[in-house]
Amino acid sequence: MNYIKYILLTFITVFTFQSCNSEKKSKGDTVEVYQCPMQCEGEKTYTEPGSCPVCNMDLKAVEKTSKVENDGAISEESIFNLTSLWHTQNDKTIQLKDLKGKTLVMVMIYTSCKAACPRLAADMRHIEAQIPDEKIKNIQFVLVSIDPKVDTPEKLKAFAKENAMDGEQWTFLQGTESGVREFANVLSVKYKEISPIDFSHSNIISVFNPQGELVHQQEGLGVNNETTVHTILDVTKT
Amino acid sequence: MKTHAFKLLVAFLVLQPLLFAQSKGMVSIKGSRYIPLYGRDSTVVEVSDFEMDAYPVTNKDYVDFVKKYPKWRKSKVIKLFADNSYLSNWKNDLELKDSEKPNSPVTYVSWFAAKEYCECQGKRLPTVDEWEYAAMADETTKDARIKPSYNAQILSWYEAPRSNENTIGNHPKNVWGVYDLHGLVWEWTQDFNSVLITGESRKDSDKDSKLFCGSASLNATNLMNYAAFMRYAIRGSLKAKYSMKNLGFRCVKDSKLVK
Repeated sequence: MNYIKYILLTFITVFTFQSCNSEKKSKGDTVEVYQCPMQCEGEKTYTEPGSCPVCNMDLKAVEKTSKVENDGAISEESIFNLTSLWHTQNDKTIQLKDLKGKTLVMVMIYTSCKAACPRLAADMRHIEAQIPDEKIKNIQFVLVSIDPKVDTPEKLKAFAKENAMDGEQWTFLQGTESGVREFANVLSVKYKEISPIDFSHSNIISVFNPQGELVHQQEGLGVNNETTVHTILDVTKT
Repeated sequence: MKTHAFKLLVAFLVLQPLLFAQSKGMVSIKGSRYIPLYGRDSTVVEVSDFEMDAYPVTNKDYVDFVKKYPKWRKSKVIKLFADNSYLSNWKNDLELKDSEKPNSPVTYVSWFAAKEYCECQGKRLPTVDEWEYAAMADETTKDARIKPSYNAQILSWYEAPRSNENTIGNHPKNVWGVYDLHGLVWEWTQDFNSVLITGESRKDSDKDSKLFCGSASLNATNLMNYAAFMRYAIRGSLKAKYSMKNLGFRCVKDSKLVK
């Protein structure tokens, strides 16, 4: 009879631990952050209570606590909260939060695309060309594939070479189908596979500050990118 | 005796999945090719066999979920994944307001929350094509879209106010055995953000204006299916972190039956 007990116990254990993966990955402690009630320093927050250096008012605990990943605080709106895994064109596996600390200019493309993507890539290059050299090291231009089945790291690497986007500042990402769908939803990018080799998708270039918060979106193809460049320069430290 | 019991148990465990190919609370839906309102360029889409929750996820189901996964509690959920109205019909992290019924469909949930709920059960959200496929059935026919009664009935449900406060399973099930695809709440789909192709839905692009303007219907495959039209329009207007009073969800999974 002992056998049965053992077997049952094993099964119960197995089922109990069969829970959701992402829960384990995104474990993080919560902390209180403090902010000047008048927001004298904009969105700046402190980890300890005290008074505002500008207006001397007592700092107030920010109502919603923010999650802490192991390497410092990120806000609730940050895309670094996404825990999906991505492959770069150099076949490195990363999470988005590994890009933390740099301004991110992101766009969604697929490499077999003949219509809008080359122009989107060109738009990205035009933006990149307007960034002074001393800032470029603090910016990553990220092209995320909406076609993870076809766009393998090798394909992405070839695309990067072909389009003269193989410098350090360019990152190409292949995700999982669900990871890509989730990411597109964060960006409000809409896309649909309309045939095995063709996708329809929105043409949006998004700018994230070094904390991963969305600060600007440029919609459309070949549009004036002045504001986009301004925003990038604004949020990027030299 | 010991070994006998052991063998029996092993045999039982091995055979169990074969005996109950259908998962608990889910019904099997046999895939096929059909023409949805908006499809791929060939207009015919193919849906593989899948299993679908017979009922929408209820308030009670969701209470159990947040008990187990605190990150989705009302006070814990982060802004990236849900807007301010997330679970706004709840009294606190673990309790519904007294006016809410446990077996009403859960609403005020975002796409991110719905997606994770399904993934935590080893399931996923249905694609638009799968959902529409299951939903074009009525009580007796797999594709009831040509029947005037089918559309009239759905539209009369759409007109009924506050249907989200009703409880699940009060309408007859469709021919697959699925309840409440129509008549209670709208439901999240995995690729809800895919239909209004080019451009962000608030702006530009011919495809959008075609969908929303009067002449639009020419683009759709079936002028009669006004109800489906409304669903596609609603999906196009959603963002993944929105949570709404009349938007819930149910889960599906790929059929594991091997032929």
